[in-house]
Amino acid sequence: MSILVDENTRLLVQGITGREGSFHAGRCREYGTNLVAGVTPGRGGVMFEDSVPVFNTVAQAVAETGANASLIFVPPPFAADAIVESVDAGVSVIACITEGIPVLDSVKVVRYIRDKAVTLVGPNCPGIISPGARCKMGIMPGDIHLPGSVGVVSRSGTLTYEAVGQLTGLGIGQSTCVGIGGDPVNGTSFVDIFQRFQDDPDTDAVVMIGEIGGTREQEAAEFIKGHFTKPVVALIVGQSAPAGKRMGHAGAIITGSSARAEEKAKALAAAGVGIIPAPGEIGKTTQEMIGADSG
Amino acid sequence: MKIHEYQAKEILAKHGIPVPVGSVASTPREAAKAAGEIGGKAVVKAQVHAGGRGKAGGIKVVSSADDAAKAAEGMLGTQLVTFQTGPEGVPVRRVLVEEAIDTDRELYLGMVIDGASQGVVAIASSAGGIEIEEVAEHTPERILRVSVDPVLGLQPYQGRRLAYGLDVKPELVRPVAELIGNLYRVFESYDCSLVEINPLVITEDGRVLALDAKLSIDDDAMFRHGDLAGLLDAEQEDALELEARQADINYVKLDGDVGCIVNGAGLAMATMDVIGAAGAAPANFLDIGGGADEEKVSKALQIVLSDSSVKRVLVNIFGGILRCDVAARGLLLAAEAMPNATRPMVVRMLGTNADEGRHILSGSSLDVTLVDDLNQAAEAIKAAG
Repeated sequence: MSILVDENTRLLVQGITGREGSFHAGRCREYGTNLVAGVTPGRGGVMFEDSVPVFNTVAQAVAETGANASLIFVPPPFAADAIVESVDAGVSVIACITEGIPVLDSVKVVRYIRDKAVTLVGPNCPGIISPGARCKMGIMPGDIHLPGSVGVVSRSGTLTYEAVGQLTGLGIGQSTCVGIGGDPVNGTSFVDIFQRFQDDPDTDAVVMIGEIGGTREQEAAEFIKGHFTKPVVALIVGQSAPAGKRMGHAGAIITGSSARAEEKAKALAAAGVGIIPAPGEIGKTTQEMIGADSG
Repeated sequence: MKIHEYQAKEILAKHGIPVPVGSVASTPREAAKAAGEIGGKAVVKAQVHAGGRGKAGGIKVVSSADDAAKAAEGMLGTQLVTFQTGPEGVPVRRVLVEEAIDTDRELYLGMVIDGASQGVVAIASSAGGIEIEEVAEHTPERILRVSVDPVLGLQPYQGRRLAYGLDVKPELVRPVAELIGNLYRVFESYDCSLVEINPLVITEDGRVLALDAKLSIDDDAMFRHGDLAGLLDAEQEDALELEARQADINYVKLDGDVGCIVNGAGLAMATMDVIGAAGAAPANFLDIGGGADEEKVSKALQIVLSDSSVKRVLVNIFGGILRCDVAARGLLLAAEAMPNATRPMVVRMLGTNADEGRHILSGSSLDVTLVDDLNQAAEAIKAAG
């Protein structure tokens, strides 16, 4: 098993006829994902790769193909609209890859989905992958992943690949890897993902990758202390970043002492989380944790 | 995008938030004229995108038009160095000449995107005139916060609640609450990421005024604010940071001497930490960004090499959409474009076409050390230092 996406995922891609959308829709399909539909307004009726129907609206795509998950590659000015369209069409899992959505748009979207039965991952994220189910809903390179029982959750893209690369290199497989995104306002928090990993019988341990900015890691620490029973290791990056400068991710800016890397690591350590001492030690620290846990 | 105080105040005034009488001047003569129109005491304020102006000599109180001209002459054309700028400072091209205000109370009012509540929060404090981070650190009980629902907007009661919390005189509760409502409307309609009125003053004669104003607009929302693009003052920005932004590269200048080039913001921060742990310091943060091609990688290296404090360069590419062979050719392009500026490079490449990328670099004339992982990268940086 896994979380969020698995063999029952029926994926639709919003923005499938664009350059990035078509490229990644193809890679997801190659990996094994059940790609059932694409949506681009005005392009309804065409076929993607000669076999996947493209629709004008998400509602049509859902009605005709039973799509239950949406991967979004729509440009920033239209991305919030695309998310809401999928929510209203009843899609249950949405991953929004788009980077550069105005933050006030994200605020409204996140408020809109608050009481709805939908999970939005992102925006500005790499997506979700469950290697055991051969289901990839995102832009990560599929071939670095290995089926297994370690969950990975991260605010970053390529740093998640780095973590996965180190795990796979040591023969440690993953249940599901989720990139929750680098924006200050996003659909899914660390806590949401930890909740799901707690309930997933096939996830035995979790690797968490956090960074400077905000207090999401501290919220995760609170949750882990009270409610999470599986072993966790965490890396917090941005120790060498100065205060007040935004490190690429809109969310990665030190605006107070709690936003600092060492404060986050301290809170996590106090919750019993093993702290990964350096970015090159993600695999090794995880291996030691798993070894200690099973031995 | 940051804008100047005088620009922010024009926006506030247009939306019903009172500001002191004043005008902007770019010559001493204009400053004298502005002070003459005000009559009596005036304040001359250097217009720069940095805080800490007062202590740095960027704010002068004057009592005549002649003094205003002199104060302006002392500021215009200089580089103002404050604790928020680098040692080279930022250029002063304009001054704001305003009526001097006799203040009774100095308050703080700000609005910002708050990740914890996933929305806009309005923050007020009776401790105005000092950095709000200081207040939060030492006297957190003096900070009042309300979270705004994005559908409803800031409600009138929330403005009143802050006004009562600030303990303003009964007759000022309504104007202060209204001002807070107006400020939220500015925040929303201009797609701000931050607005700050610090201090918001209550004058001895009972007026409420925005004595200073800071306003930043969400760069990601600029596509729907074409009319605001003219407010950008490129001179206030770091030249390399500006050049990078125009090339859609995330670059932040830092103090160390190890330049870095990475794809992905998280991996870029991790790479900076690797440099720090090796006992060195990063000269920059650089995320090449999505959809990079040879030209963009080349541009990234040229920007890093343009920084004279860079002594060596660490390149860390996790190939995915960006193939490593493309990245390698980009690095060679930059070296050709700046043959006299190359520095020793440590390169780590992994993922799509990594072997090809490494082959291209090892076959070139560049001074390159190829490493396999982050631990080796740290060792190589140590050795090169």
